[in-house]
Amino acid sequence: METILKCTDLKKSYFRKTALNGLNLEIKKGRITGLLGPNGSGKTTFLKIIAGILRPSSGEILINGNRPGIKTKAQVSYLPDRDYLYKWMRISDAVNFFDDMYDDFDKEKAGEMLKFMNLSEDSKVRELSKGMSEKLYLTLVLSRKSQLYVLDEPLGGVDPTTREKILDAILKNYTEESSILITTHLVSDIERLFDDVAFISEGRIVLFGNAEELRSERKMSIDEIYREVFR
Amino acid sequence: MDSEFEPNIPIYVQIMNDIKRRIVSEQLKPEDKLHSVREMSVKLKVNPNTIQRAYRELERQGITYKQRGMGTFVSGDISVINNLKREMAQDVLCNFMRDMKGLGFSPKEIVEIVRENIREDI
Repeated sequence: METILKCTDLKKSYFRKTALNGLNLEIKKGRITGLLGPNGSGKTTFLKIIAGILRPSSGEILINGNRPGIKTKAQVSYLPDRDYLYKWMRISDAVNFFDDMYDDFDKEKAGEMLKFMNLSEDSKVRELSKGMSEKLYLTLVLSRKSQLYVLDEPLGGVDPTTREKILDAILKNYTEESSILITTHLVSDIERLFDDVAFISEGRIVLFGNAEELRSERKMSIDEIYREVFR
Repeated sequence: MDSEFEPNIPIYVQIMNDIKRRIVSEQLKPEDKLHSVREMSVKLKVNPNTIQRAYRELERQGITYKQRGMGTFVSGDISVINNLKREMAQDVLCNFMRDMKGLGFSPKEIVEIVRENIREDI
Protein backbone atom coordinates (compact mmCIF):
# COMPACT_ATOMS: atom_id res chain seq x y z
CA MET A 1 0.00 0.00 0.00
CA GLU A 2 1.19 3.49 -0.83
CA THR A 3 2.33 5.76 1.96
CA ILE A 4 0.77 9.20 2.02
CA LEU A 5 2.45 10.60 5.13
CA LYS A 6 5.69 9.62 6.78
CA CYS A 7 7.29 11.29 9.79
CA THR A 8 10.65 10.38 11.18
CA ASP A 9 11.92 11.64 14.52
CA LEU A 10 9.90 14.81 14.20
CA LYS A 11 10.63 17.46 16.81
CA LYS A 12 9.14 20.84 17.53
CA SER A 13 9.90 23.20 20.37
CA TYR A 14 8.50 26.61 21.17
CA PHE A 15 11.46 28.31 22.84
CA ARG A 16 12.06 26.06 25.83
CA LYS A 17 8.83 24.11 25.66
CA THR A 18 8.87 20.86 23.70
CA ALA A 19 5.67 20.05 21.81
CA LEU A 20 6.88 17.18 19.61
CA ASN A 21 9.66 15.00 20.87
CA GLY A 22 10.70 12.48 18.23
CA LEU A 23 7.42 11.58 16.61
CA ASN A 24 7.34 8.67 14.13
CA LEU A 25 4.22 7.88 12.14
CA GLU A 26 3.28 6.47 8.79
CA ILE A 27 -0.14 6.78 7.18
CA LYS A 28 -1.16 4.64 4.23
CA LYS A 29 -3.41 5.62 1.39
CA GLY A 30 -7.11 4.92 1.82
CA ARG A 31 -7.07 4.63 5.58
CA ILE A 32 -8.71 6.52 8.39
CA THR A 33 -6.32 7.04 11.28
CA GLY A 34 -7.22 8.29 14.72
CA LEU A 35 -4.65 10.39 16.55
CA LEU A 36 -5.61 10.07 20.17
CA GLY A 37 -4.20 11.95 23.10
CA PRO A 38 -5.11 14.30 25.93
CA ASN A 39 -4.91 18.09 25.73
CA GLY A 40 -1.35 19.31 25.38
CA SER A 41 0.03 16.05 24.00
CA GLY A 42 1.09 17.66 20.71
CA LYS A 43 -1.83 16.78 18.44
CA THR A 44 -2.53 20.26 17.14
CA THR A 45 1.15 21.12 16.70
CA PHE A 46 1.57 17.97 14.65
CA LEU A 47 -1.43 18.73 12.44
CA LYS A 48 -0.22 22.28 11.88
CA ILE A 49 3.10 20.90 10.67
CA ILE A 50 1.29 18.57 8.27
CA ALA A 51 -0.79 21.51 7.03
CA GLY A 52 2.39 23.51 6.43
CA ILE A 53 1.55 26.22 8.96
CA LEU A 54 4.39 25.40 11.35
CA ARG A 55 7.88 24.20 10.57
CA PRO A 56 9.39 21.32 12.51
CA SER A 57 12.52 22.10 14.56
CA SER A 58 14.13 18.88 13.36
CA GLY A 59 13.31 15.51 11.88
CA GLU A 60 11.61 14.73 8.63
CA ILE A 61 8.05 14.86 7.39
CA LEU A 62 7.09 13.77 3.89
CA ILE A 63 3.66 14.07 2.32
CA ASN A 64 3.53 12.01 -0.85
CA GLY A 65 7.30 12.17 -0.77
CA ASN A 66 7.47 15.97 -0.48
CA ARG A 67 8.29 18.28 2.43
CA PRO A 68 5.39 20.52 3.47
CA GLY A 69 5.18 23.47 1.09
CA ILE A 70 3.14 24.87 -1.75
CA LYS A 71 2.85 21.49 -3.40
CA THR A 72 1.63 19.64 -0.30
CA LYS A 73 -0.74 22.43 0.72
CA ALA A 74 -2.67 21.64 -2.43
CA GLN A 75 -2.93 17.99 -1.36
CA VAL A 76 -3.80 18.47 2.30
CA SER A 77 -7.19 19.70 3.50
CA TYR A 78 -6.95 20.91 7.08
CA LEU A 79 -9.73 21.48 9.60
CA PRO A 80 -8.28 23.63 12.39
CA ASP A 81 -9.71 23.48 15.88
CA ARG A 82 -10.46 27.22 15.79
CA ASP A 83 -12.79 29.46 13.80
CA TYR A 84 -11.10 31.40 11.05
CA LEU A 85 -13.83 32.68 8.71
CA TYR A 86 -14.62 36.39 8.73
CA LYS A 87 -17.59 37.21 10.87
CA TRP A 88 -19.25 39.40 8.23
CA MET A 89 -19.47 36.48 5.80
CA ARG A 90 -22.56 34.61 4.88
CA ILE A 91 -22.18 30.88 4.26
CA SER A 92 -22.33 31.55 0.51
CA ASP A 93 -19.38 33.99 0.90
CA ALA A 94 -17.42 31.32 2.73
CA VAL A 95 -18.09 28.86 -0.08
CA ASN A 96 -16.93 31.37 -2.69
CA PHE A 97 -13.88 32.15 -0.58
CA PHE A 98 -12.90 28.48 -0.59
CA ASP A 99 -13.69 28.23 -4.28
CA ASP A 100 -11.26 31.09 -4.96
CA MET A 101 -8.60 29.74 -2.61
CA TYR A 102 -8.45 26.11 -3.73
CA ASP A 103 -8.32 24.68 -7.23
CA ASP A 104 -9.60 21.34 -6.00
CA PHE A 105 -12.71 22.80 -4.34
CA ASP A 106 -15.95 21.26 -5.61
CA LYS A 107 -18.64 23.91 -5.27
CA GLU A 108 -21.44 21.60 -6.30
CA LYS A 109 -20.46 19.07 -3.68
CA ALA A 110 -20.32 21.82 -1.07
CA GLY A 111 -23.87 22.82 -1.98
CA GLU A 112 -25.10 19.25 -1.57
CA MET A 113 -23.29 18.82 1.71
CA LEU A 114 -24.70 22.07 3.10
CA LYS A 115 -28.18 20.73 2.37
CA PHE A 116 -27.32 17.45 4.06
CA MET A 117 -26.09 19.41 7.06
CA ASN A 118 -29.29 21.51 7.11
CA LEU A 119 -27.35 24.73 6.63
CA SER A 120 -28.71 27.63 4.61
CA GLU A 121 -26.33 29.52 2.34
CA ASP A 122 -27.92 32.79 3.45
CA SER A 123 -27.00 32.33 7.12
CA LYS A 124 -24.40 34.62 8.55
CA VAL A 125 -21.24 33.03 9.91
CA ARG A 126 -21.50 35.27 12.98
CA GLU A 127 -24.93 33.86 13.86
CA LEU A 128 -24.05 30.16 13.68
CA SER A 129 -24.17 28.02 16.80
CA LYS A 130 -21.12 25.98 17.77
CA GLY A 131 -22.54 22.85 16.13
CA MET A 132 -23.59 24.66 12.95
CA SER A 133 -20.25 26.29 12.55
CA GLU A 134 -18.48 22.95 13.04
CA LYS A 135 -20.68 21.52 10.28
CA LEU A 136 -19.87 24.45 8.00
CA TYR A 137 -16.11 24.12 8.46
CA LEU A 138 -16.28 20.40 7.88
CA THR A 139 -18.33 20.92 4.72
CA LEU A 140 -15.75 23.33 3.36
CA VAL A 141 -12.82 21.09 4.21
CA LEU A 142 -14.39 17.90 2.86
CA SER A 143 -15.52 19.59 -0.35
CA ARG A 144 -11.94 19.81 -1.49
CA LYS A 145 -10.71 16.87 -3.49
CA SER A 146 -7.60 16.25 -1.42
CA GLN A 147 -5.38 13.29 -0.79
CA LEU A 148 -5.09 13.84 2.92
CA TYR A 149 -7.79 15.26 5.18
CA VAL A 150 -6.55 16.39 8.55
CA LEU A 151 -9.35 17.01 11.01
CA ASP A 152 -8.60 18.54 14.39
CA GLU A 153 -11.31 17.64 16.90
CA PRO A 154 -14.23 17.58 14.45
CA LEU A 155 -16.56 16.52 17.27
CA GLY A 156 -15.44 19.10 19.82
CA GLY A 157 -18.38 20.43 21.79
CA VAL A 158 -21.23 19.37 19.51
CA ASP A 159 -24.49 17.70 20.50
CA PRO A 160 -25.25 14.03 19.68
CA THR A 161 -27.42 14.75 16.61
CA THR A 162 -24.76 16.99 15.11
CA ARG A 163 -22.14 14.39 15.96
CA GLU A 164 -24.05 11.80 13.91
CA LYS A 165 -24.27 14.17 10.96
CA ILE A 166 -20.56 14.82 11.14
CA LEU A 167 -19.71 11.12 11.29
CA ASP A 168 -22.04 10.48 8.35
CA ALA A 169 -20.41 13.24 6.35
CA ILE A 170 -16.93 11.89 7.01
CA LEU A 171 -17.96 8.36 6.02
CA LYS A 172 -19.82 9.49 2.92
CA ASN A 173 -16.81 11.48 1.84
CA TYR A 174 -14.33 8.68 2.38
CA THR A 175 -12.79 7.15 -0.74
CA GLU A 176 -10.00 4.66 -1.20
CA GLU A 177 -8.06 7.38 -2.96
CA SER A 178 -7.68 9.59 0.10
CA SER A 179 -6.59 9.26 3.70
CA ILE A 180 -8.07 10.89 6.76
CA LEU A 181 -6.31 11.78 10.01
CA ILE A 182 -8.63 12.68 12.88
CA THR A 183 -7.60 13.87 16.32
CA THR A 184 -9.84 13.47 19.30
CA HIS A 185 -9.92 12.89 22.99
CA LEU A 186 -13.56 11.76 22.81
CA VAL A 187 -12.69 8.29 21.63
CA SER A 188 -15.84 6.25 22.12
CA ASP A 189 -17.96 8.37 19.76
CA ILE A 190 -15.71 7.86 16.82
CA GLU A 191 -13.56 4.78 17.32
CA ARG A 192 -15.57 2.68 14.86
CA LEU A 193 -14.38 4.93 12.07
CA PHE A 194 -10.74 4.14 12.50
CA ASP A 195 -8.63 1.68 10.56
CA ASP A 196 -5.60 2.53 12.63
CA VAL A 197 -5.06 4.39 15.86
CA ALA A 198 -2.01 6.26 17.12
CA PHE A 199 -1.78 7.26 20.76
CA ILE A 200 0.22 10.43 21.29
CA SER A 201 1.70 11.45 24.62
CA GLU A 202 4.20 14.19 25.36
CA GLY A 203 4.98 14.66 21.70
CA ARG A 204 5.60 11.08 20.68
CA ILE A 205 3.59 8.10 19.51
CA VAL A 206 3.42 5.65 22.40
CA LEU A 207 1.19 3.06 20.74
CA PHE A 208 0.17 2.46 17.14
CA GLY A 209 -1.89 -0.31 15.64
CA ASN A 210 -4.80 -1.58 13.64
CA ALA A 211 -7.95 -0.81 15.63
CA GLU A 212 -9.55 -4.23 15.16
CA GLU A 213 -6.36 -6.06 16.08
CA LEU A 214 -5.90 -3.96 19.20
CA ARG A 215 -9.47 -4.73 20.23
CA SER A 216 -9.04 -8.47 19.89
CA GLU A 217 -5.51 -8.58 21.33
CA ARG A 218 -6.38 -6.62 24.43
CA LYS A 219 -10.05 -7.58 24.71
CA MET A 220 -10.85 -3.92 25.16
CA SER A 221 -12.39 -1.13 23.16
CA ILE A 222 -10.09 1.59 21.87
CA ASP A 223 -11.73 3.89 24.40
CA GLU A 224 -10.75 1.54 27.23
CA ILE A 225 -7.22 1.22 25.90
CA TYR A 226 -7.08 5.02 25.77
CA ARG A 227 -8.06 5.22 29.41
CA GLU A 228 -5.39 2.74 30.30
CA VAL A 229 -2.62 4.41 28.29
CA PHE A 230 -3.40 7.86 29.67
CA ARG A 231 -4.25 6.90 33.22
CA MET B 1 -28.78 -3.89 13.72
CA ASP B 2 -28.47 -2.20 17.02
CA SER B 3 -25.50 0.05 16.58
CA GLU B 4 -24.08 -0.74 20.00
CA PHE B 5 -21.08 -3.04 19.76
CA GLU B 6 -19.40 -5.14 22.37
CA PRO B 7 -16.17 -3.37 23.26
CA ASN B 8 -13.86 -6.36 23.34
CA ILE B 9 -14.76 -8.22 20.14
CA PRO B 10 -13.53 -7.03 16.74
CA ILE B 11 -16.30 -5.08 15.04
CA TYR B 12 -16.09 -7.08 11.81
CA VAL B 13 -16.81 -10.29 13.77
CA GLN B 14 -19.85 -8.67 15.37
CA ILE B 15 -21.13 -7.53 11.99
CA MET B 16 -20.65 -11.04 10.61
CA ASN B 17 -22.52 -12.55 13.55
CA ASP B 18 -25.37 -10.12 13.11
CA ILE B 19 -25.73 -10.98 9.44
CA LYS B 20 -25.59 -14.68 10.24
CA ARG B 21 -28.30 -14.24 12.85
CA ARG B 22 -30.47 -12.43 10.36
CA ILE B 23 -29.97 -15.19 7.80
CA VAL B 24 -30.81 -17.95 10.26
CA SER B 25 -33.91 -16.11 11.51
CA GLU B 26 -34.95 -15.60 7.87
CA GLN B 27 -34.96 -11.82 8.06
CA LEU B 28 -32.50 -12.27 5.22
CA LYS B 29 -33.62 -14.96 2.82
CA PRO B 30 -31.55 -16.98 0.33
CA GLU B 31 -30.56 -14.86 -2.66
CA ASP B 32 -31.39 -11.62 -0.82
CA LYS B 33 -29.04 -8.75 -1.55
CA LEU B 34 -27.03 -7.31 1.33
CA HIS B 35 -26.63 -3.56 1.72
CA SER B 36 -23.64 -2.19 -0.12
CA VAL B 37 -20.47 -1.63 1.89
CA ARG B 38 -21.03 2.09 1.72
CA GLU B 39 -24.65 1.92 2.89
CA MET B 40 -23.71 -0.34 5.78
CA SER B 41 -20.84 1.90 6.69
CA VAL B 42 -23.02 5.00 6.97
CA LYS B 43 -25.85 3.08 8.66
CA LEU B 44 -23.65 1.59 11.37
CA LYS B 45 -21.15 4.48 11.45
CA VAL B 46 -18.36 2.01 10.91
CA ASN B 47 -15.25 2.30 8.78
CA PRO B 48 -15.94 0.93 5.25
CA ASN B 49 -12.83 -1.23 5.38
CA THR B 50 -14.25 -2.97 8.46
CA ILE B 51 -17.51 -3.75 6.62
CA GLN B 52 -15.47 -4.89 3.64
CA ARG B 53 -13.60 -7.29 5.87
CA ALA B 54 -16.83 -8.74 7.32
CA TYR B 55 -18.23 -9.23 3.81
CA ARG B 56 -15.02 -10.83 2.56
CA GLU B 57 -15.02 -13.25 5.46
CA LEU B 58 -18.69 -14.20 4.96
CA GLU B 59 -17.95 -14.83 1.32
CA ARG B 60 -14.95 -16.97 2.19
CA GLN B 61 -17.17 -19.08 4.45
CA GLY B 62 -19.59 -19.59 1.56
CA ILE B 63 -22.44 -17.84 3.35
CA THR B 64 -22.66 -15.09 0.78
CA TYR B 65 -21.42 -14.65 -2.75
CA LYS B 66 -20.45 -11.62 -4.74
CA GLN B 67 -21.74 -10.86 -8.19
CA ARG B 68 -19.50 -8.50 -10.05
CA GLY B 69 -21.11 -5.09 -10.36
CA MET B 70 -24.29 -6.26 -8.64
CA GLY B 71 -23.41 -6.62 -4.99
CA THR B 72 -23.28 -9.28 -2.33
CA PHE B 73 -26.04 -11.88 -1.97
CA VAL B 74 -27.03 -14.50 0.58
CA SER B 75 -26.21 -17.98 -0.65
CA GLY B 76 -29.09 -19.82 -2.29
CA ASP B 77 -27.77 -23.13 -1.01
CA ILE B 78 -30.16 -24.31 1.72
CA SER B 79 -27.60 -26.72 3.15
CA VAL B 80 -25.23 -23.81 3.83
CA ILE B 81 -27.92 -22.06 5.79
CA ASN B 82 -28.91 -25.21 7.65
CA ASN B 83 -25.29 -25.77 8.61
CA LEU B 84 -25.09 -22.22 9.84
CA LYS B 85 -28.19 -22.73 11.92
CA ARG B 86 -26.78 -25.89 13.45
CA GLU B 87 -23.48 -24.21 14.15
CA MET B 88 -25.13 -21.30 15.91
CA ALA B 89 -27.37 -23.63 17.90
CA GLN B 90 -24.27 -25.51 19.00
CA ASP B 91 -22.75 -22.28 20.30
CA VAL B 92 -25.88 -21.41 22.25
CA LEU B 93 -26.01 -24.93 23.66
CA CYS B 94 -22.35 -24.93 24.69
CA ASN B 95 -22.77 -21.70 26.60
CA PHE B 96 -25.96 -22.95 28.21
CA MET B 97 -24.38 -26.23 29.33
CA ARG B 98 -21.36 -24.45 30.69
CA ASP B 99 -23.50 -22.01 32.66
CA MET B 100 -25.79 -24.73 34.01
CA LYS B 101 -22.87 -26.87 35.09
CA GLY B 102 -21.44 -23.77 36.71
CA LEU B 103 -24.64 -23.54 38.73
CA GLY B 104 -24.06 -27.12 39.88
CA PHE B 105 -26.67 -28.99 37.83
CA SER B 106 -25.97 -32.52 36.69
CA PRO B 107 -26.65 -33.44 33.04
CA LYS B 108 -29.70 -35.40 34.13
CA GLU B 109 -31.12 -32.45 36.04
CA ILE B 110 -30.45 -30.18 33.09
CA VAL B 111 -32.44 -32.44 30.78
CA GLU B 112 -35.23 -32.44 33.33
CA ILE B 113 -35.33 -28.65 33.57
CA VAL B 114 -35.27 -28.23 29.80
CA ARG B 115 -38.11 -30.71 29.43
CA GLU B 116 -40.22 -28.85 32.00
CA ASN B 117 -39.59 -25.54 30.32
CA ILE B 118 -40.49 -26.82 26.92
CA ARG B 119 -43.77 -28.13 28.29
CA GLU B 120 -44.53 -24.69 29.77
CA ASP B 121 -43.71 -23.04 26.48
CA ILE B 122 -46.33 -25.09 24.68
